[in-house]
Amino acid sequence: MEKMQPVIQIEHLSKHFSIDNGFFTKGKKTVKAVNDFTLNLEKGKILGLVGESGSGKTTLARVILNLTSATEGTVLINGVDMSKCSAAEKKELRKNIAVVFQDPLSNLNPRETVMSSIMRPMVLHGMKRALAREKAREVLESVKMDAHYLNSYPHQLSGGQLQRIAIARALAMNPQIMILDEPTSALDISVQAQILNLLLDLQEQHQLTYMIITHDLNVIRYISDQVAVMYLGQLVEYGETKIMCSNPSHPYSKALMAASPILDPTMRGREKEIMKGDPGSLIHFPSGCSFHPRCRYAEEICMQERPEMERIGENHWARCHLCMQK
Amino acid sequence: MNDELLRLENVSINYKVRGGYLSAVKDVSFHVNRGEIFAVVGESGCGKSTVAHSIMRLLDKNAVVLGSIKYNGTNLMELSNKQITGVRGHDIGMIFQNPLDSLNPVYTTGAQVNEAIRLDGISKLEGWKKVIELYRNVKMPDAEKRVQAYPHEMSGGMRQRVMIAMMLSRNPSLLIADEPTTALDVTIEAQILEIISQLKKEFGTAVMLITHNFGLVAEVADRVAIMYAGELVEQGDVFEIFRAPKHPYTRLLMKALPRGTKQEGRLQTIDGTVPRLMEVQPGCRFANRCPMAKKICYEQDPAIRALSATHTYRCHFAEEEV
Repeated sequence: MEKMQPVIQIEHLSKHFSIDNGFFTKGKKTVKAVNDFTLNLEKGKILGLVGESGSGKTTLARVILNLTSATEGTVLINGVDMSKCSAAEKKELRKNIAVVFQDPLSNLNPRETVMSSIMRPMVLHGMKRALAREKAREVLESVKMDAHYLNSYPHQLSGGQLQRIAIARALAMNPQIMILDEPTSALDISVQAQILNLLLDLQEQHQLTYMIITHDLNVIRYISDQVAVMYLGQLVEYGETKIMCSNPSHPYSKALMAASPILDPTMRGREKEIMKGDPGSLIHFPSGCSFHPRCRYAEEICMQERPEMERIGENHWARCHLCMQK
Repeated sequence: MNDELLRLENVSINYKVRGGYLSAVKDVSFHVNRGEIFAVVGESGCGKSTVAHSIMRLLDKNAVVLGSIKYNGTNLMELSNKQITGVRGHDIGMIFQNPLDSLNPVYTTGAQVNEAIRLDGISKLEGWKKVIELYRNVKMPDAEKRVQAYPHEMSGGMRQRVMIAMMLSRNPSLLIADEPTTALDVTIEAQILEIISQLKKEFGTAVMLITHNFGLVAEVADRVAIMYAGELVEQGDVFEIFRAPKHPYTRLLMKALPRGTKQEGRLQTIDGTVPRLMEVQPGCRFANRCPMAKKICYEQDPAIRALSATHTYRCHFAEEEV
């Protein structure tokens, strides 16, 4: 069977930041935000990326968007490595990939109307103003908002409306890929439901590919096709949502899923594995598997050798010595 | 043992603002029993935090509180400032969403907890021993060392533990927890929830949990009150409400929660927006978004209907009509 080329191909990606403490220590300490990350994302799929805060989810998104360069490894978008392109080529490629951030108020210009915020990317890419205005109306309609909001300023709108506008602006360039960084975390339940429905509708209409970063596992289970779990900058498990949410293999994914509150009081009595401790530091990594200090199954080998990502089932990978033995 | 600790009766809270009053809370009544976890849940701006703050008399000066708030039979609203200071911490403890706002950055966390302990008149040295014991109670890793740590040296989960330890040191009978885990990761949230559930078991502390997260309610609460736009629309036993919510708002909200997968269909949405709360008008505040609303809903305050001894809702529609 011929395999379709993935829209996003991430190969052994690492991103390290050096912390400049002073003249003599310059470059001595590094924060390893993303380590040896490999993942492919196929067209028309929704990938959910989960992990605790500080696990490198947002850094990964920034590297994919080429907002910061990778330390090692490559990111191919439709087979093209953006970091090796000229500025003009980059600009062209950026049309394909759009981003929506968590707090919509902070990434809309408070002094611009909704209309000019949505028009800006189109104008920057050389579209005629009249045409851009027309398109702005169109995308605002596609996020189910009335055209009279075009003349509003961000402070006049609610959180849900602002998030719709951020999505509308992302849609303006007809992207193929959308990266959504905590798109519903700041929103109320009823508004979250509206945004999730909207994202699914848009994805079906335009055959979009999404990468959704969130820590809300109920949202991930609802919306995504595949789930990738990150811990301390590493991908620890990846698989289809169904397996990942019902029967994950990696001890960290297990603990993460178990910690997530279930919306049903009758499930209260279930056996829960409460993970001890906090996520470790990205500067001083533990030896061997970076999860071993918190892992209840850890054995001798986990402290000594770093596990590699290995296939443990149909489209299911995990980075764990013990998952392999089972 | 299941007697009443706190009772709010017809509490309305209005803020004096330019051009009139903003009605943040309208006619709210509920009680919290000794040793239970009572959750108040609702979307942002529904007045849940305002109610919590009114119990501790922590509202801004422009707030006007009507009705009565009784703790152990004493009306907290009639106490002098000095008396209410005695109630705070000693009888009712409170923890907030962001523990960093409640901790002093220039003192070690242990010293700050010790300060609370020494209100009882014990020596400094005795106090330190107690601090370590409290840190152990809240499952602080490396308790002996952590008493010397400054707030910035701790993670969010540890700071929230310090707040709980500080609160525990005064041994209050009621803990008001205002979004205690909202800023934390799910794994740390699970740890904090475990501690809160343990307080209830070991010390018989009653907990009033303010949250927007229905997941937390399902996990730990005994009873729950659901608020919408300043009104308490439904309250009762958690199991009953999750099984059969009655108020139209609660029912829609329960269906808006993502429980399954997208293959099972789109989520329920609630059209429209929360009304402006500038004037106190009669009628149900959910009427403009309610799929069942009739003329009467806009004109008259709905009565509270009891479904059972442990489940009430505030709606014009009778049980069989909803």
